[in-house]
Amino acid sequence: MLLKKIKKCKVELKTNIWLYMMFLPVFIWYLLFSYLPMGGMVIAFQKYDIVKGILHSPWVGFRNFKILFDDPYFFRLFRNTLLMNVYGLVFGFPLPIILAIAFNEIRRKKFKKITQTISYLPYFISSVVVMSMVIQFVSTTGLVNVFLNHLGIKSIHFLQEAKYFRTIFISTGIWQGTGFGAIIYMAALAGISNDQYEAATVDGAGKFQKMMYITLPGLAPTIVIMLLINLGSILNVGHERIILLYNPSIYETADVFNSYIYREGILNRRYSYGQAMTIFQNVVGFALVYMANKITRKLDGTTLW
Amino acid sequence: MKQKMGVSEIAFVSVCYIIIVVICIATLYPFLYLISASLSSAASVMRNEVFLFPKDITLRAYTVVLKYRGIWLAYGNTIFYTGVGTVLSLVLTILAAYPLSKERWAPRKVMSLFVVFTMWFSGGMIPFYLVMRSLHLLDSRLGILLYPAISAFYVIIFRTHFQSLPVSLEESAKLEGANDLQILVKILVPLSKPIMAAIALYYAVSRWNSYFWEMLLLSDDKKVPVQVLLQRIIISSQLGQDIAKALSPGEASIPTTIKFAAIMITTIPIIVIYPFLQKYFVSGALVGSVKE
Repeated sequence: MLLKKIKKCKVELKTNIWLYMMFLPVFIWYLLFSYLPMGGMVIAFQKYDIVKGILHSPWVGFRNFKILFDDPYFFRLFRNTLLMNVYGLVFGFPLPIILAIAFNEIRRKKFKKITQTISYLPYFISSVVVMSMVIQFVSTTGLVNVFLNHLGIKSIHFLQEAKYFRTIFISTGIWQGTGFGAIIYMAALAGISNDQYEAATVDGAGKFQKMMYITLPGLAPTIVIMLLINLGSILNVGHERIILLYNPSIYETADVFNSYIYREGILNRRYSYGQAMTIFQNVVGFALVYMANKITRKLDGTTLW
Repeated sequence: MKQKMGVSEIAFVSVCYIIIVVICIATLYPFLYLISASLSSAASVMRNEVFLFPKDITLRAYTVVLKYRGIWLAYGNTIFYTGVGTVLSLVLTILAAYPLSKERWAPRKVMSLFVVFTMWFSGGMIPFYLVMRSLHLLDSRLGILLYPAISAFYVIIFRTHFQSLPVSLEESAKLEGANDLQILVKILVPLSKPIMAAIALYYAVSRWNSYFWEMLLLSDDKKVPVQVLLQRIIISSQLGQDIAKALSPGEASIPTTIKFAAIMITTIPIIVIYPFLQKYFVSGALVGSVKE
């Protein structure tokens, strides 16, 4: 029996030896750069000491999580992260859909091609460049203040006053993501069969009615899936763009979980504490998607998995 | 068959045109302003005279930036990381995708899960940093090349693509005694050029634009890519002495026009190449969205 198995393995290895050899470097890469860090998550339950390493650092159970909920900044981080995503969704989510529907109505091929090319462009510009531009434009002598001055309004220190940060950050995100975000909806629109539109035309439906009763329902599954994906990261605002734009004077509205994890966890070397926060973020995020997925499945059968 | 459009139809289509035109203007204006301001004299930018077109056209800002040796070094690094990194990524992605596309490979299912799992789950930035540290990849060019080498998403796209190719080609090659590596390199790769182009582009752009881990991992100024340098010039408050001295001798802060020129110099390659490669970008995005 065992002998047979070994023989079978030998045959498999012999016939597919090249497949194993091809996959080996990939396997090692994933082990080192994905699975080793996953294992490293356990430091959240340790008092991790960089000299002792994971194997010899003392275990502390859930103490880091307790510190987390007692952290005076916890509520602020939670609120900022949540609000940034909620506002981002409210103002940013509908735009790619609207843009996709608009593109769908355009019959002039050349116009369509040029404008589509333009609208995707910001997606390919680096965060550093985009944020550099924003910082220049909203500076006291920047473009935005020049316009305000023309309207008789005094210059505003946009990046020194907490109340403006969300608006600036979310607008920047919208500027960068709307065009590219429309691609997925355009793909979905291309999948709606022409017969439906023709039948509606025969019935005397106008373009607006077609949009309401054919286009939007046709887009609904894609919209639901995109919403679910967004919901999964509702406790996740990328630190990369935040840390380029914020400064200590506006942490009140600008600091989010990930930027705090970066500062406290990496720069201030509170590795275990920062990791506890990461885990909290992921667990809540997963729970939210799970619940939302259940709800949408009940409602209309669209589901993520 | 052309149909007559009623007033409401015309209004509807007009609104669509207006939305698109407004979005395109909002997209292009910042770039236009940037180009114009970087080509204008420092004085006219300071007096807020530049809105659309450059005033007192001068290349001074560009010559200052281009005379700064650091920018050439950083540019060289970026080209190195992008060029070598993209090739590395493409090779590893194909090497991952080919075995995963073969039904006869026994561990195919497990290994697919092994790869896909990383799309849904990651350890987070702290363990990643600690792993890079314990692998001695801090302040290392090799570390920068390796850490983002494979994207599971593109592996899946390639796998699906390989599965869609006709098996007959392979079978005849097999009969002639070709092994899997030969089949992959001589038959499948030449058949996959468009999709390779699209995915290489995505890898290349993300390499070109990447800054966070480069900033965190690299401490030697000689190794940093241009995005990190730009971040230091414009965003970081603690400017390196040499940067400030080189870019604004005798002044309290770096003049705006010079900052604009630095931004432009970092972005020009993307803006210039982008329109020509746009169709590959979009095909890449669509392949991705079909999977979703």
